[in-house]
Amino acid sequence: MRILVTVKFVPDLQSQRSFTEGAVTRTGDDGTMNELDENAVEAALQLKEAAGEGEVYALTVGGDDAVAAVRKALQLGVDHAIHVSDAAIAGSDVFGTAKVIAAAVRKVHDEAPLDLVVTGMAALDGLTSMLPTALAVELDWSQLTLASGLTVEDGAATIVRHLPDAHETVSAPLPAVVSVTDEANKPPYPNFKLIMAARSKPVTTWALADLGIDPAAVGAGAARTVVVDASPRPPRENRVTVTDTGDAGTQLADFLLEKGLA
Amino acid sequence: MTTVAVLVETRSGEVTQPTFEALTLARSLGTPVAVWLGEAPEAPEVARLGLYGAAEVRVVAVGDEARLPAVAAAALGAATSDAEVMLMVSTFVNKEIATRLALATGAGVVVDAAGAELVDGRVETMQTVFAATWNVRTRIEADRAIVGIRPNTTQAIAGEAPGAATLVEVAADLRQARETVVVVEPVSAPEGVPLAEAPVVVSGGRGTGGDYTLVRELADVLGGAVGASRDATDEGWISHEHMVGQTGTTVTPALYVACGISGAVHHRGGMQASGTIVAVNIDPDAPIFEIADFGVVGDLGDVLPQAIARIRERRAG
Ligand SMILES: Cc1cc2nc3c(=O)[nH]c(=O)nc-3n(C[C@H](O)[C@H](O)[C@H](O)COP(=O)(O)OP(=O)(O)OC[C@H]3O[C@@H](n4cnc5c(N)ncnc54)[C@H](O)[C@@H]3O)c2cc1C
Ligand SMILES: Cc1cc2nc3c(=O)[nH]c(=O)nc-3n(C[C@H](O)[C@H](O)[C@H](O)COP(=O)(O)OP(=O)(O)OC[C@H]3O[C@@H](n4cnc5c(N)ncnc54)[C@H](O)[C@@H]3O)c2cc1C
Repeated sequence: MRILVTVKFVPDLQSQRSFTEGAVTRTGDDGTMNELDENAVEAALQLKEAAGEGEVYALTVGGDDAVAAVRKALQLGVDHAIHVSDAAIAGSDVFGTAKVIAAAVRKVHDEAPLDLVVTGMAALDGLTSMLPTALAVELDWSQLTLASGLTVEDGAATIVRHLPDAHETVSAPLPAVVSVTDEANKPPYPNFKLIMAARSKPVTTWALADLGIDPAAVGAGAARTVVVDASPRPPRENRVTVTDTGDAGTQLADFLLEKGLA
Repeated sequence: MTTVAVLVETRSGEVTQPTFEALTLARSLGTPVAVWLGEAPEAPEVARLGLYGAAEVRVVAVGDEARLPAVAAAALGAATSDAEVMLMVSTFVNKEIATRLALATGAGVVVDAAGAELVDGRVETMQTVFAATWNVRTRIEADRAIVGIRPNTTQAIAGEAPGAATLVEVAADLRQARETVVVVEPVSAPEGVPLAEAPVVVSGGRGTGGDYTLVRELADVLGGAVGASRDATDEGWISHEHMVGQTGTTVTPALYVACGISGAVHHRGGMQASGTIVAVNIDPDAPIFEIADFGVVGDLGDVLPQAIARIRERRAG
């Protein structure tokens, strides 16, 4: 089983997240691998273990600091790490990012065929959840998204998809792009031995030229959408906190009634 | 004038409220046409779509295969080749359909938008990001625009001069998709308004200890839906469909009441854009108080019954 996992470098949720000139401020200090990609890594490792053989690649697209995302994946136990970085990628929209990831996937696939690409259900900064679909279309592979369960058998993958109106079971031939939700598995705690082993593992770095991508086809210039304004939301005003000394429920009710909310 | 296509969402055969919100927004952008995927709608539904401004209701006859994003996107594409702008409700499935349609047409996409307007012939959208701590305005530079609109961000208002919508059947060439839907197991919808569309949401977390009686009662009194934190759904206290947060349902009700919820960033990401936020928590240091308009430091077992009784009393009196 050969699987590639995509992992994104995102600002830490607990940090003061912000924009600088229309782009997300990204620094090595408070950036991490997208938490939801831990589920993707875990899903890939479980499939490899069940198959009894295989290779798992972690791939990230991002600036210099983004290497931290694939390093984290190595610590979680993946075999190989790839970092695609090129100044021309900055400002890409979902479609530009998908083009770059697809080219890198094809490069790995050409060396020896991959069975699956596994992604997270959303990147906790952009939160569009569009990338997995865009990647499946770019690669012209099967799309099996939002999997809360995943099995691979006889050249096909089958997922369970929990949607608000129904639980679906969807099946498709390999190779496939699968996005997994945080219901799919429980990522284990860091393992000291894996962390030590990861230190000596190399990270392969590719630029756009290595992927045969025209720099004009990606990045801010090719983006179909552009952030024209970003400003912090003003904090909520006139906030009240009461400590219950016996009548806080009544105070709460009166607050709601006065505001016309009850 | 710009043709603005709106993808119709239905529940039990009826058009949903967020569809009317999208049609209302569509009227401010151009001439709305509604797109209906599935068996042809009943006359009253066509009339309601007309009431909210749809000049046409374009029907693409598709069955369960349209549950696959590839099929739905092809059907939608066939019905909207003349539409410069496409609006849909921002759901996980629609984000996938939007992505496929955009790759077929070259459209730019913004999802989870809280509004949209035309500026110099281009669509600009308003969004809140980073757990609703930032406002972002995005311009769609491409010739075609697809926008996913969050429920509850536009008020649905019937058109001033509503006309009768014409029903148009559209033939679509739906090639076989790679994927096959093997099983569809319907989820029984909870009573009342769905979480994402509710004007009021009352949520319970670990602090409920698993007993949702008071949370449900307050939701009933306020005419709202019941939400939950991830810890509560993980415990199996309440089903996953109730989970509010970045990986659950994002809600923007006029009133959000968090009971026994600490306010982890993952939870806040799904509710921080709500109008008024109320928190009831015994821990004065719980992060939820940082964003609450009205916070009560107290035991929900004491506070909720008293609040419920008071509201009932004031209404009766
Ligand atoms: C606040 C914000 C708003 C944005 N809005 C839009 C918009 O409206 N339209 C638009 O076209 N673009 C938008 N972008 C740009 C878009 O987020 C990026 O192009 C991004 O790389 C892909 O989308 P996502 O982050 O939403 O990923 P999602 O689709 O949410 O991510 C799903 C999975 O894809 C994988 N993945 C995503 N990005 C990468 C990466 N760089 N490297 C490796 N794996 C990755 C991860 O496994 C992740 O779990 C926005 C970005 C930000 C920060
Ligand atoms: C990748 C990822 C994604 C996640 N996505 C989500 C998500 O979408 N939504 C989500 O909710 N969580 C999500 N989580 C989990 C999130 O991080 C928190 O763990 C979760 O929200 C905590 O739930 P809680 O507030 O109910 O529990 P706790 O954090 O345990 O808080 C319980 C609160 O109840 C209070 N309390 C106890 N007894 C009482 C009482 N009698 N009266 C009043 N107050 C009382 C306590 O003081 C405490 O503040 C995610 C986590 C990860 C890692």
